[in-house]
Amino acid sequence: MFANLTSSLDFHSNALVLRAERQRVIASNIANADTPGYAGRDINFKEALSAANGSGAQLTSPKTPSGTGNSRHIALQASTSSLDATALRYTTQSQPAMDGNSVDMDRERANFADNSVRYEATLRFINSQSKTLLSAIQGQ
Amino acid sequence: MSMFSIFSVSGSAISAQSQRLNVVASNLANADAVAGPDGQGYKSRQVVFETTPMGADASSGVRVNGIRESNEPMKRVHNPAHPSADADGYVTQSNVNPVEEMVNMISASRSYQNNVEVMNTAKTLLLKTLQMGQ
Repeated sequence: MFANLTSSLDFHSNALVLRAERQRVIASNIANADTPGYAGRDINFKEALSAANGSGAQLTSPKTPSGTGNSRHIALQASTSSLDATALRYTTQSQPAMDGNSVDMDRERANFADNSVRYEATLRFINSQSKTLLSAIQGQ
Repeated sequence: MSMFSIFSVSGSAISAQSQRLNVVASNLANADAVAGPDGQGYKSRQVVFETTPMGADASSGVRVNGIRESNEPMKRVHNPAHPSADADGYVTQSNVNPVEEMVNMISASRSYQNNVEVMNTAKTLLLKTLQMGQ
């Protein structure tokens, strides 16, 4: 019952953590735009989010998860802060440079703006959902 | 904590770019400097950037690995009336290329601006996250 109440909040919180991670990766790319030999990185968001939600689904499975001695204990939350290494990829050079740097500043800035808007959208989803839950609890 | 490391990443880039601007400024200031009594003129300097890991994985900042002096030949100008002229009447000047330095300056200033903007956006997003659920 309670899991149903908060499962979509969990989904959005996973998405928010991943958006923050992607923001950090893009910030590193922009910081290293002039470093010779630096290979830009990015996150495959779709894969990372489905991986994060997949590990969340395991927690509600009937067998006792790690960190619990009794089936009625609440399982430890799996941390999504450290990214799955498979979702982190290297970017290719769009305009090859002599110094081997693969950061395309236009692309990175567009990605950064895109990611900030989506981060904020996820934030608004969480806010409005928590407001909905609160008004349902208060029954007003 | 992941978003907070953006500040250290962008901060490292900002300080590296400002060091680059500093080097450009000293190169341009010495563009017309003549060699002293030892015959050694001012050599143009360039910063070398290097990636440095910052806290969590996949977040990498920048640091200045070192400042290298250029090995380009010195500029020699024929000016026998100059007090520093040698026996053939030539004056040795620095090997700074002002056009290259101006391009370097514009590039450094653009990168600096980009990183300031990244920092501002991260700050706005973090402030909005603080108000979550209100």
